[in-house]
Amino acid sequence: MSIRKSVAVLAVVTVAGALGFGACGSGAESADGVTELSIYIDSDPSSIALWDPLVESFNSSHEDIRISYETHPSGSEGDNLIKTRLSTGDMNDLFWYNSGSLLKALSPDSMLVDLSDQDWAGKVDDNWVQAASTDNGMYGLPVGASFSFGMIYNKDVYAELGLETPESWDEFMSNNEKIAAAGITPVVQTYSDTWTSQVMVLGDAANVLAADPDWADNYTANKAKYAAEPAFAGFQHLQDIYDAGYLNDDFASATYDDGVRMLAEGAAAHYPMLTSNVSAAIGENYPDADASLGVFAIPAEDAANTTLTIGTPNGMYIPKTTQGEKLEAAYELLDWLATPEACTVMGSAITVGGPFVIDGCELPATATSLVEDMTPYYDADNTGLALEFLSPIKGPSLEQITVQVGSGISTAVEGAALYDQDVEKQAQQLGLEGW
Amino acid sequence: MAATTVSTASRGAADNAPRAGAEKRRGRGLDKYYPLYFHLPAALFFVILFLVPTLASFYFALTRWTLFDMEFIGLDNFAQFFKEPSLVKGFANTFIYAFVTSGAKVVLGLALAVLLTSQVFGRNYLRSVVFFPVLVSTIGVGVTWKVLLDPQDGLVNRALAVVGIDGPGWLTDPGLALFSVAGVDVWKGVGLATVIYISGIVAIPHEYVEAAKVDGAGAWQIFKNITLPLCRPATVTVIILSLIGGLRSFDLIWTMTRGGPGFSSDVIASVIYKQYQAGFYGLSTAGNVVLFLVIAVIVIPLNMWLNRKGNRS
Repeated sequence: MSIRKSVAVLAVVTVAGALGFGACGSGAESADGVTELSIYIDSDPSSIALWDPLVESFNSSHEDIRISYETHPSGSEGDNLIKTRLSTGDMNDLFWYNSGSLLKALSPDSMLVDLSDQDWAGKVDDNWVQAASTDNGMYGLPVGASFSFGMIYNKDVYAELGLETPESWDEFMSNNEKIAAAGITPVVQTYSDTWTSQVMVLGDAANVLAADPDWADNYTANKAKYAAEPAFAGFQHLQDIYDAGYLNDDFASATYDDGVRMLAEGAAAHYPMLTSNVSAAIGENYPDADASLGVFAIPAEDAANTTLTIGTPNGMYIPKTTQGEKLEAAYELLDWLATPEACTVMGSAITVGGPFVIDGCELPATATSLVEDMTPYYDADNTGLALEFLSPIKGPSLEQITVQVGSGISTAVEGAALYDQDVEKQAQQLGLEGW
Repeated sequence: MAATTVSTASRGAADNAPRAGAEKRRGRGLDKYYPLYFHLPAALFFVILFLVPTLASFYFALTRWTLFDMEFIGLDNFAQFFKEPSLVKGFANTFIYAFVTSGAKVVLGLALAVLLTSQVFGRNYLRSVVFFPVLVSTIGVGVTWKVLLDPQDGLVNRALAVVGIDGPGWLTDPGLALFSVAGVDVWKGVGLATVIYISGIVAIPHEYVEAAKVDGAGAWQIFKNITLPLCRPATVTVIILSLIGGLRSFDLIWTMTRGGPGFSSDVIASVIYKQYQAGFYGLSTAGNVVLFLVIAVIVIPLNMWLNRKGNRS
């Protein structure tokens, strides 16, 4: 009996102990005048490849601050971890995270330190300011390069068949017809990785804004819908390429890696994709294919509206829980990250898929030739931010809906209507006015 | 075989005798049970890890909760959840999945158990083979089968190609995906059903079978009139376990199809998980409350009904 009693007592003590002390842990004191800073980043190989040299370079040039990073899974698991840590006051000293709608889901006004008074704030691109700000402040420093949502294409195929880069959707489809006739897959889609299915819709955003400059504001205010033109075109185009039979045979089970491989090997001509991802893949796996791959803006119905959709990089954010000397050290780290020196480190660490968004940072020589194709759009001021950087609303089910439309399970009309419902839910959850 | 039967039967008889005596000895009311503090550790775990979160979830289901702030919105989440376009599909899929897997496990489990209690060559080896998939992690099973069922490079379709069959896209055909996952679920779970049935069949007194044989009953008549009715408790257990498992199934579906293509293999649990992923914490909690109630409404009466029938027979 006494043994049983003590087992019971032990169990109680263990549980109480686990509950009581589990929450404690972090809180490194600064010893010998060195301030330690911990940064929360995602665990993608390309993120690690970027941060390892940044950490090393910063630590070797600063004696009184030591930075290190901690990783979290990418995607929505990571989003939830970030939110949990912020809301429980358990966030690292700084964190590296998306700009745009995902940032705005973090309640930046109450959770993050306003950085608009920093010296570097005047040097960042206007697009960045828009993607990292609320009405009350600007919350991040861009770390990494911008990118575009474009149509990646194989230049060798184009040269062989004597094709020209299309300006309008009709030109694009007639190119596809010739490509198919030559026995090459016109468009790759990779629905095993569902996120890749969204690019046709998301990459049409700048075209929509060219047709209707107020569209993003109206959309946020519940006055513009995907079921109506001009935004409906994105869904229609997905259906068009499926109906015409221009997709690879294994579109339903192919992965993102398969898509890049088919494009690099010339087995396929087009892949709607982000230049940052393709550049990283070229840098790691297909350096020989670099000269063969180019990018053009996803064509609009009307050639006059064809505009390159771009996205801003991740940013560095400081939670309000970082205070005192840690905050001072964090400011110093941001100052360094805004210098051309840091951009050089970034440029040599990863294969960038677009220009940097801080003044004074030059495009590195190692950038893929994809990026050169983007330059004319920038020079002609023919770029526009993707919708997720202009509006806080992005429906969570878009990738399932675009898979449905893109693989013929539902029509473009049904898909767009379904997405409008999805968007409504998101807006209501965000507590936006007018929904 | 005979030895096991006798020992199980006699153990059952021996169990009953001292229990009757013990009840007399321990007195009335609460006194006749073990002392209360025996329950304390278990009760503590139950309250902290089950009761508190359950009650909290009933409250959070009524709020719009972003982790940063919380707003009480009454039953709006439930209204929203029932408007969810994928929910109708999710409900239908959940029931299809639960009944298909549950039914298949009963039929296959019983068939395998009959086979594995007969004098079949390599019986013990076969028993472990059947039970083996139960031991493997569900995620591992899902990932493995996803590779095996790949329409182009998967082993299954390559094997079919050898005999001239053009295999379908098991996980990419919207009409087929749910059933492919259900098939893998049965493959993984039938071992447990078999083990439950084996113990049920083994517990049937051998005298009944011998008497039937003397009366000239064939194998089918023995199965129909002796084995099937007498292993009813095993059937009840298998149905209840696999139905609950099927209704809240998530891990296998998530690893193999993520509810796709599109929404075609979404079940209630994956619809709920997607709300959580999207950061709609109140909404997904409301979904969990709904799932909790649905399972309770189905399983509790079913359990009572099956047990009552079982006791009567």
